[in-house]
Amino acid sequence: MASGYDRALSVFSPDGHVFQVEYALEAVKRGTCAVAVKGSDVVVLGCEKRSAMKLQDTRITPSKICLVDTHVALAFAGLNADARILVDKARLEAQSHRLTVEDPVSIEYITKYVAGVQQRYTQSGGVRPFGISTLIVGFDPNDKTPRLYQTEPSGIYSAWKANAIGRSSKTVREFLERNHKDNMDREETIKLTVKSLLEVVQTGAKNIEIAIMAPGKLIEMLPVEDIEKYVESINTEKQEEAASRRPGRTPGTGTAAILTRGPGEGTGS
Amino acid sequence: MEVLLGITGKDFTIVAASKAAMRGATILKASDDKTRALNSTSLMAFSGEAGDTVQFAEYIQANIQLYSMRNSMELSPTATANFVRGELARALRSRRPYTVNLILGGYDKIADKPTLYWIDYLASLAPVPYAAHGYAQYYCLSILDKHHHPDIDFEQGMKLLRMCTQELKRRLPIDFKGVVVKVITKDGIREQEYEDDVKVAIP
Repeated sequence: MASGYDRALSVFSPDGHVFQVEYALEAVKRGTCAVAVKGSDVVVLGCEKRSAMKLQDTRITPSKICLVDTHVALAFAGLNADARILVDKARLEAQSHRLTVEDPVSIEYITKYVAGVQQRYTQSGGVRPFGISTLIVGFDPNDKTPRLYQTEPSGIYSAWKANAIGRSSKTVREFLERNHKDNMDREETIKLTVKSLLEVVQTGAKNIEIAIMAPGKLIEMLPVEDIEKYVESINTEKQEEAASRRPGRTPGTGTAAILTRGPGEGTGS
Repeated sequence: MEVLLGITGKDFTIVAASKAAMRGATILKASDDKTRALNSTSLMAFSGEAGDTVQFAEYIQANIQLYSMRNSMELSPTATANFVRGELARALRSRRPYTVNLILGGYDKIADKPTLYWIDYLASLAPVPYAAHGYAQYYCLSILDKHHHPDIDFEQGMKLLRMCTQELKRRLPIDFKGVVVKVITKDGIREQEYEDDVKVAIP
């Protein structure tokens, strides 16, 4: 594989690949999972949290969900250290934007800026790309529509209703594709976020982090006890569902119930 | 003839700034707000060279807010005052210094005390119980010297401010169009209604 075309970053391989950028995407895939879901008037960020070691002080260990400005939150998957730099650049731009035009940044603007920085690091000398993908969420000033964007190491950005990045993001995204509805209220949105994360996080509430954004309000980090409640209710729901399914099944058909799917959706699409 | 006043009390800081925006002897506007909130517990009132004032205030405001975003905590009023002084001192020794006088009112949530800083364009900083800038100094400091006490409540604070503005109205040769009054308490910054048209007896 290493045929000399992945040495200098800004060099194409003969078949049109920039290997370093693809390796950066690989770093993203190895990072912990992050999910974002839009509701009718909220947007929820969910993160998988690495389990802390016994002697670690969890209170002062930085979170994967950061505030770029009071109305913009960012979650990332990939190299934590790279994210710090990128988030700092975004924060500086957010304040600089306020200073120059007396208006807070729009979500699209700051996404474009973050993606722009990521792109720059794929086409300059002596640097390596950012090993992170980001989910940028929030509300534009004087607007109640939730916004959700994703950026990638290559500098691509895109808008979503719900999305996941990082480890097993494919599983989570497929789960979201099956279960996302338009105009979900706050409770439904949080529940879907937790549920989608539980697809890949086995250890439950203590390894999940949830942040909620609503128009004109400060970011709200959901306390662990509340996350636990959501996890419990989801688990009991799953068990009930599994129990109600069993008697209705004709013996010998051999289809196993897939716990995570809703009723009537077992065949998939 | 811009007026900046600051008064601290038991659990509040009052900051007042004149509403007249002047250019030479002409009043351009009678509803100017010469204050900027830096964060939830610090307020800066400014006077001086037109243009410099707002430019400097907004530059400071952006940097203080950037600090809170980067560190997920707000800078204390004391730290803010020293940062502002540093920036002013740096600019003073550059090619283009800012000609700005400041009053920085705040509430220190950790010490649970109101704070007030007096900063001038030469970047001298002084923590004070009450402060005035410009011509207001000549008229108000004596009143405040006589009547101010650190333990006054908010009503007494407003009464003191009224005495100051009355005196200014009586003695200043140019109308400063009343004052904008902001109050900083442990709950944040709020604007205080202030009657500007009170009759003043002039001897």
